[in-house]
Amino acid sequence: MSGLCGKSKEAEIKRINKELANIRSKFKGDKALDGYSKKKYVCKLLFIFLLGHDIDFGHMEAVNLLSSNRYTEKQIGYLFISVLVNSNSELIRLINNAIKNDLASRNPTFMGLALHCIANVGSREMAEAFAGEIPKILVAGDTMDSVKQSAALCLLRLYRASPDLVPMGDWTSRVVHLLNDQHLGVVTAATSLITTLAQKNPEEFKTSVSLAVSRLSRIVTSASTDLQDYTYYFVPAPWLSVKLLRLLQCYPPPEDPAVRGRLTECLETILNKAQEPPKSKKVQHSNAKNAVLFEAISLIIHHDSEPNLLVRACNQLGQFLQHRETNLRYLALESMCTLASSEFSHEAVKTHIDTVINALKTERDVSVRQRAVDLLYAMCDRSNAQQIVAEMLSYLETADYSIREEIVLKVAILAEKYAVDYTWYVDTILNLIRIAGDYVSEEVWYRVIQIVINRDDVQGYAAKTVFEALQAPACHENLVKVGGYILGEFGNLIAGDPRSSPLIQFDLLHSKFHLCSVPTRALLLSTYIKFVNLFPEVKTTIQDVLRSDSQLKNADVELQQRAVEYLRLSSVASTDILATVLEEMPPFPERESSILAKLKKKKGPSTVTDLEEAKRERSVDVNGAPEPAPASASAASTPSPSADLLGLGAAPPAPTGPPPSAGGLLVDVFSDSASAVAPLAPGSEDNFARFVCKNNGVLFENQLLQIGLKSEFRQNLGRMFIFYGNKTSTQFLNFTPTLICADDLQANLNLQTKPVDPTVDGGAQVQQVVNIECVSDFTEAPVLNIQFRYGGTFQNVSVKLPITLNKFFQPTEMASQDFFQRWKQLSNPQQEVQSIFKAKHPMDTEITKAKLLLGRSSDLGQHSLKKLILTLQTLWALASSTPKPPRLDACCVWSRICKLRCTGSRCAQARTLFPRGYVTYCRSSFNPMQAVGLCVLFPCVSATLGDHTAHSTMEHLSTCTSSLGPGRGWDTKGLLTGTTAGLPVQGGPGSMKSRQPVVQSTN
Amino acid sequence: MQFMLLFSRQGKLRLQKWYVPLSDKEKKKITRELVQTVLARKPKMCSFLEWRDLKIVYKRYASLYFCCAIEDQDNELITLEIIHRYVELLDKYFGSVCELDIIFNFEKAYFILDEFLLGGEVQETSKKNVLKAIEQADLLQENRIRITARVSMGGLRKNLY
Repeated sequence: MSGLCGKSKEAEIKRINKELANIRSKFKGDKALDGYSKKKYVCKLLFIFLLGHDIDFGHMEAVNLLSSNRYTEKQIGYLFISVLVNSNSELIRLINNAIKNDLASRNPTFMGLALHCIANVGSREMAEAFAGEIPKILVAGDTMDSVKQSAALCLLRLYRASPDLVPMGDWTSRVVHLLNDQHLGVVTAATSLITTLAQKNPEEFKTSVSLAVSRLSRIVTSASTDLQDYTYYFVPAPWLSVKLLRLLQCYPPPEDPAVRGRLTECLETILNKAQEPPKSKKVQHSNAKNAVLFEAISLIIHHDSEPNLLVRACNQLGQFLQHRETNLRYLALESMCTLASSEFSHEAVKTHIDTVINALKTERDVSVRQRAVDLLYAMCDRSNAQQIVAEMLSYLETADYSIREEIVLKVAILAEKYAVDYTWYVDTILNLIRIAGDYVSEEVWYRVIQIVINRDDVQGYAAKTVFEALQAPACHENLVKVGGYILGEFGNLIAGDPRSSPLIQFDLLHSKFHLCSVPTRALLLSTYIKFVNLFPEVKTTIQDVLRSDSQLKNADVELQQRAVEYLRLSSVASTDILATVLEEMPPFPERESSILAKLKKKKGPSTVTDLEEAKRERSVDVNGAPEPAPASASAASTPSPSADLLGLGAAPPAPTGPPPSAGGLLVDVFSDSASAVAPLAPGSEDNFARFVCKNNGVLFENQLLQIGLKSEFRQNLGRMFIFYGNKTSTQFLNFTPTLICADDLQANLNLQTKPVDPTVDGGAQVQQVVNIECVSDFTEAPVLNIQFRYGGTFQNVSVKLPITLNKFFQPTEMASQDFFQRWKQLSNPQQEVQSIFKAKHPMDTEITKAKLLLGRSSDLGQHSLKKLILTLQTLWALASSTPKPPRLDACCVWSRICKLRCTGSRCAQARTLFPRGYVTYCRSSFNPMQAVGLCVLFPCVSATLGDHTAHSTMEHLSTCTSSLGPGRGWDTKGLLTGTTAGLPVQGGPGSMKSRQPVVQSTN
Repeated sequence: MQFMLLFSRQGKLRLQKWYVPLSDKEKKKITRELVQTVLARKPKMCSFLEWRDLKIVYKRYASLYFCCAIEDQDNELITLEIIHRYVELLDKYFGSVCELDIIFNFEKAYFILDEFLLGGEVQETSKKNVLKAIEQADLLQENRIRITARVSMGGLRKNLY
């Protein structure tokens, strides 16, 4: 076998393959192998496996070995099973059988092997087979100590893997009493089991506390020789002590004063021993002793009730901070982190700040420096924040790349949390970007913008500082983002200074433009349009920039679109409109810092964050200063803020589950008006939705009856012709259609009709006229109930009658001044309505966009609507050949819109508006982005400036589109979903969509 | 404890013990990552490191690295001494143990480990008791074949005392 350790890899593989072939032939051979050979070959297989090669046979032979009477064969069999367990159910049954036999053998060595095997494999099948049996072995009076030990840990493993299969029962109280066992090995094993069980069932194992305390007390007070072989380098039973201290951490401080006193004594003894001179110079001695000490400190911190002990613990750790053993310095820093969260010891921890800062600077091991950073973060409060932040910043310059991002997050959090003076905060964050720009995540710079926008007092300073920072010849892109955003909002605050005049500000930003990535450039374009509003004097300069080919024909759709839209906006809109559209960002709602959420996510639910929570709660009274708004339960799900000034780039929450079918989608769109009506005919819902934007068609059809509609509406009046067609050749008798209005609907909607002839001949059609008057707005639709007799059976059909509020809408012509007058009147809080409801279907970005689009289409002027329809239809034709589901889904919606909105004649009319060539071109390479963008822009131009401008926009768009190459993809961003992101929509064109009184309802 | 790995300075895995159910693929991935991480560390660095959401405790004895993964609330120092006690046990059993003992008598290394640690917890800390159990088993063994080829590699003992 020694050949297997050959020098070269190839030689090893060759040798192994030869051996595997040999073993295989032995196993397959006709001659039955004797136990010894079987063992030998199974052992060889195991060896080969452990060398890192795959083994796919020999399991059966190993299982055979289990039932051997020879110990050594059995042992190898068990080892093979433990190492190479295979979830082959056939084998598991055989293995379990063998184990069962060995457990029943009453031979302690065999029982031990079987228990080890169960503990090593720990599978669910084994738990099912043995979870009931092992507790019995564990607590039986005549079980050997070594078997008890194995049984305890075996049960522990099964409990960890399948807690549901381990039944609690009488045995639990007897297990607790194993803490009193004579044999320290049994106590050691049992303590582990009890600790794990007590974590899940604290009540059931409550009695273990006093037993553990007395056991611990006996150990710590024993002389170093008392425990014989359980003394490890002069430390009495260190493993057991640590385990007992861990067990006690499952419970609060003992209520019984005697027990509590005894425990305090123990802890004091352990702390005292740390001060005694070492009994040995061996590192094992100090490690074992300190292991117990650290566990004791953990318990002290867990109880958090004895100020004296806490302060002593802190002092002890303080000593370790300067210990020559790296391990101890590491652990001291780690332990102190948790100590910093106790109100009793927080101040004591703070006294070590210089040592910790020194550790940050001088430790050679990055994992120790990491602990130092954690501790500085944990001990930070208002009194030392400036110092700590400064130290962390200076460390950041040389910090290891692996921990930079975390330090950046921590600095950002501390700077925000403990900022008294927000100019300091702004300086700190800008420094962060300067020093470690690459590690500044989006959350960090979003946050500085949120804070600057929410605080008037710092805006001027922020503008000045970013302006100065941007002067640096090479500055980080993140700085350009922050600078762009802040100057776009508050550049006017420093424009009075001739050194930072509008033109200089613009030139400075634009000098960085070409070095930046697309998202930053997009942001800068938004800054420019903001400048157009802030500084009319640079308008032409900016227009020139926007008009340049590199913008207007940019290969990136987003940039191109912004350039087109902004250029258009700047040239067509009056100052009034610009001021409204581009007004200053409103304050952000207070919420948990997104950075904190990020740090939590990064670290997982570990100590650091718990600490943070604890500190957050406590520091309110300790520091007596305003804290960030308390984290709400849902804070963790704060959507990540948009990278984008307009907030347009942010998608709504990620889609979950499969997208609903287009049919369901439309129902969803109109679900408001289609609810709570008595048993409706299946399928009628779909048809109802179809009628929302359509007046004629078939409302209902089954095997017997067809109901057709023809309706017309004018102002608040309407007339509906209902046609009942008998599809059979038999008469309908007692034919009685009834119109049912719900109570509240009755007051708002007046319906008048005449009864129809109760007999409908086979194949005949009867007509009923309904006169409709809309008195007031309404949401429900009336129900048409039809009862008749057909061939002796009674038929009852209910359908919703598609009389919806929108039938009474009328377009209104309005000059732009009037429009904006109305627009501005809508500023009262009562005039804005928001409601939050649970989505019935999973959200899908594309579909959401399309829905918004659909919602908006009622706002469009008729002229532009036709264009929209046409564009969407073309798109649909284009995209329906693409198999990707999101495209299809989106396109389905669009196509349905076309069907809804477009009667045949309108469609034809619309088609004539466009040159045929354009449509053809669209079919080959049109980018849907343009259409979506167009829809955003349309309402504000068409509503305010008339259809003529809208038309020219459309034309312009078609020009840009033609510069796009084919196959641009479908990477549309959430243009219509601005406010879902962390940064609300900046006052850009998109922000108008929330309140737009273009279409009015007449009563 | 979640798992224990023994590997050589060349990164060759010599012993692996998993106390949590993981697929072979995961085990291989973890082993590869950890061996790399630990081998890259310098001699004077501290024996603990954070790795994923676990704490790694490792120590080098001659040509072998002993590496344990423990959970957040577990005690690092006592784990370090678990490693040491295991090395002592191997040393006592083999008599100045070296890497080749563990390679060629891997089954013994596993049996000793099973007597000492079970299900990731310390079962028996007494050196006497553990070795007694192993020796009893050895007495039951017939035809015990032990490969004695042993290259002087500077036994692990060097680092022991």
